[in-house]
Parts: sequence; C-alpha cells; structure tokens
Amino acid sequence: MRRSARLRPAALLAAVGVLLASMVAGLLAGAADIEPGRVILQLLDWLPIVSADSGLAPVEQGLLWEIRLPRVLLGAVVGGLLAIAGAAYQGVFRNPLADPYLLGAAAGAGLTTTVVIVLLKGDTESLSIPAAAFVGAVGGVLLAYALGNVAGRGGGTATLVLAGVAVTSFLTAVQTFVQQLGVEDLQRIYGWILGTVDGGWGRVTLVLPYAAVSVAALLVHGRLLDVLSVGDDEAVSLGLNAARVRLAVLLAASLATAAAVAVSGLIGFVGIVVPHVVRRLAGGSYRIVLPLSLLGGAAFLVLGDVIARTVLAPAELPIGVVTAFVGAPFFVAVLRMTKRVET
Amino acid sequence: MSRIRARDLSVVLDSRTVLSEVGLRVRGGDWLAVIGANGAGKSTLLKAVAGVLPCSGEVLIDDTPVRRLKPRDRARLLAYAPQAPALPADMTVFDYALLGRTPYIPYLGRESRHDREVTASVLERLDLAPFAARTLGHLSGGERQRVVLARALVQQAPVLLLDEPTTALDLGHQQQVLELVDRLRLADGLTVVTTLHDLSVAGQYADSMMLISAGRVAASGAPADVLTEELIDKHFGARVRVETRPDGRPGVHLERPCH
Repeated sequence: MRRSARLRPAALLAAVGVLLASMVAGLLAGAADIEPGRVILQLLDWLPIVSADSGLAPVEQGLLWEIRLPRVLLGAVVGGLLAIAGAAYQGVFRNPLADPYLLGAAAGAGLTTTVVIVLLKGDTESLSIPAAAFVGAVGGVLLAYALGNVAGRGGGTATLVLAGVAVTSFLTAVQTFVQQLGVEDLQRIYGWILGTVDGGWGRVTLVLPYAAVSVAALLVHGRLLDVLSVGDDEAVSLGLNAARVRLAVLLAASLATAAAVAVSGLIGFVGIVVPHVVRRLAGGSYRIVLPLSLLGGAAFLVLGDVIARTVLAPAELPIGVVTAFVGAPFFVAVLRMTKRVET
Repeated sequence: MSRIRARDLSVVLDSRTVLSEVGLRVRGGDWLAVIGANGAGKSTLLKAVAGVLPCSGEVLIDDTPVRRLKPRDRARLLAYAPQAPALPADMTVFDYALLGRTPYIPYLGRESRHDREVTASVLERLDLAPFAARTLGHLSGGERQRVVLARALVQQAPVLLLDEPTTALDLGHQQQVLELVDRLRLADGLTVVTTLHDLSVAGQYADSMMLISAGRVAASGAPADVLTEELIDKHFGARVRVETRPDGRPGVHLERPCH
C-alpha cells in the first residue's frame, strides 16, 4: 500500500509507451497501401544521426511526411489538450461531469465559425476558421465568467456552471439561426462541428505555442487543485486564495480548449472520459490526473483517428463519431472493472 | 500559548445580519465552547474568527490583528475544521493530513521532507499511522473525525477552531475525540474554540462557554454561569434540570414537559 499518491515512473512510462505505440499505429494506417516495415525504416531514417534505407518512393515519403505525420501529431496535441483541460475543469468545479465545453467554449466557437462559413464564405483551408473558432471559444468562456460574476456572490462555482449553461443555450440558438441563413453550407458547418485532425503542418505549428503555454500552466497547478478538492472554506483556512487559483486554472484550461477547438472543431468525449479512466486506473490526485490525462488523451485521439480512417476506407468517419462510439463502451468497461466506493 | 480576542464581529449574508457585534476572549491554552440553538450563528462565528467569511470587527491572536496578516501567515496561527469537511473518497489519509502543510509550501512549490515528517508524526500520535495508506472513502465516522483533526494539527497552529467535532459520532467516539482534543490541548498548549451542540458534553470539557442567540452573545463565562435552567429555557426552548456534578461542573438533563 502506498500512503501517498504520487505519479509513479512506471505509470508515466506506461502512458508514454501507449502514446508512442498509438502514434506508430497512426503512421502505419491509411488509405495508401505502404508496407509497414518500410514505414518504420523511413521513420528511423528521419531521426537524427540514424540512417536507414526504406526503399520508399519519393511520393510515398511525401505522403508520410506531409499527410500522416502531421495528422498523427495534431491528433496527439488536440487529444492531450482536451483531456488535460477536462481534468482541470473537473478539479475547478469539483464536479466529475464537467468537461472542457462546460463554460460555453464549444457554443462560442460554433457560432463564430458558422458566421465565418455562412456570411463570409470563409475558406476552410485559410486561417479564418481557426481564428474565428479561437475567438469564439475564448469569448464564450469570458461571457459565462462575466455573467457568473454578476449573478453570483464572489466566485461561487454553481452560479458559474449555470452561467455556462445559459451562455451555451443562447449562443447555440444564435448559431442555429445563422445556420438557417446558409443551408447550402450545412455540410461544411457540420463537417467542422464533428471535427477532424487532418490539417497538415500548418495547423500543428499554429496550435503548438498555445498548447505549450496552457499545458505548462496546468501542470504546475496539480497540488493546488488537490487543496481545492477539500472545499473552498478549508482551502481559504489553509491560506490559499481559492478564487485566484480557480481563475488561473480556468484561464489555462480555457486557452487549451480554445486552441484545440481552433484547429480541430468540436471533438467530444475526450475531455470527460480520459480523466476518469486515468483516475480509476492510476489515482485521483491531480498531480497524477493532469499529466496522465495529457498523455492518455493524446493516445486516445490518435487511435480514434486510426479507426476513423480505416473502418470505411477509403471513406472517413468523422472523428467525433468514433470517440463517442469507441469511448463510451470502453468507459463502461473501465467503470465495471474498477468499482469504487462513492461518497 | 496564544490568547484570542475578538471585538464587534458582525457578519451580513445576503443582506441578513447573521452575527451582530460579538466579542470573545479566550486565555492562552483554554477551551471555549460556543453553544446555541440551530441557526443561532455558532458556525458563522467560528468562520469569522477563522477568516474564511468576510466580516466586520477585529480578531486578535495575542496582539496581532488577523485581518492584517497574509492568508498564509494567518493559516499558521489558526487551524479550522468545518462541521462537514469535504473528504475526497479516493484521497489517502496521509495525503489529506499533508494538506495541513499548505501554509508552509510556496504557491507553486512542493512538500519538503520536513512537511512529510510532521505529517507522519501527527498520524503516529493520533494512532492513525496504520491508516496512512487507506483512502478517505474507507473510513468509519470516528476515524474520519480523527483524520480531520490530524489535518488541523499538521498545520501546527497554536489556535484550533473546531466546528462541531462530534456530530454524527456515537457516544463512545464522541468521548474519544473530545478526550483526544483535550489531551493535545494540554500537551501542546493549544487554545481551542469549538461549537458543541451537546450541552452536557460542552459543560464537561470547556473552561469557559458562550451562549449565542439570534447572532448575539446571550451569556458568557464559566460553564456554571451559562448552563442555567433559565437561560436554556429562554434560548433553546427546552425544559432541563441542571445539577452540579461531583467535579463542580454543571450537568444538564432533559425533562419531559408535564401534560
């Protein structure tokens, strides 16, 4: 028995191993038939110092480098961001049902993106959609936060959740209205909402700086989220400014969510399921849940994308459909395997 | 040993005055029991003293005004345990007690070896060492109360504020917990303020008592001065018989009204 819950090196290594394995699987799978052995050799060849002859044609090399590799990386970054943001939201709200879209990030991004697609006839390949989604996600959260502070007395979480629900309904209503104005764009709007991690190197480099900042800010708050878990009164009596910690974590988690939404659309299920699976398997301390959710979410979305690409190949399933379709039964299985006392 | 003084403590919640100009005085190393009917403002008073509720008035520990202290410094003087503490079911006893070291750890820092040693020694003292690895969801009521007490002691504050430390405990465990608090108080020279709903129990452990009624101090002083049949009838609406026990402390017995 361990008296103290800490991130064990073994658990960390296992998570890194699962992530690497899922990324290799992501590079091996695809519409084009490339021999797995040659892909591996080619990957080794791209490593610094190592030199290997894969015998792949330049077209195949280009396909690996320009399509599969950025797709796997984007899936990993987005999955990691959504999962760590979900874990952080659950800690801030002390509510296991909280997810990264709780405060209106999804509805805000949905609205601004729909506006860009319908009214400005925005081009999905350009920067206008990621920019619109980012602004919308951040705007939705800020709106909910402002409303929560006006309605509630000093930083209570219940009012904030209700404000998030109100903002989400309102923005979704406006989004539906705008969508009706441009029925011919419906498929593009839904395509965006269901999400994709196919965006090329452009999207990867676009999201990385925001990902790095938000992930670093969240990882250092693990201990403080543990303190918050005993309640506001006690956290304050322990000398912690609970409202300030909550705000810092919310900001970082919302930045992570907005960055993920901007490059991939509204992929559901990752942010709520992965942290719970981690909690069940490795322990409830946020010093464990935050880093392992990051790695687990990355692996989960990369694998989800592999399934999305292969089940109906050469056609693709929307990744949001796969995360829910695969994630839900997996989640139920983990819940059944690890029965715990609830309080 | 730290004495506590408070002057004119008032708390307004949702434009309702819950506590009005309450003053208190506890000598260093003494035990003050705050009593009163449900909703009288006992818990509010304790929260106001602990600094977790905005209030007007002044609280002094020795001669230091608590309001001027940084939250971390205040937390090194005052340890507070609420009536119904949130106990995350999958947190271990050791990790929960370790949270008491929060005021000694830098904002983004981590626990030192010393913090872990303090925590381990407190668990040892409270006979909780065998439970260190157990999760809070797997504890009985009496064990939970001891764990909450351990968290407060790990804070190493000279003043202990305990809100109803014996709620939901059976008779034997009530006695165990209160004896433990008393033993620690004498051994470490702690100043203790508790709210207690059981008047007999309060009268047996407290050096002084304070009766709160509708947010104001109705009576305060030695247990024998506060636990009188008249005051209890007036402020609790209960018919009781108070008799002096062999040790000189008052004993309170409920009496059924005659029909």
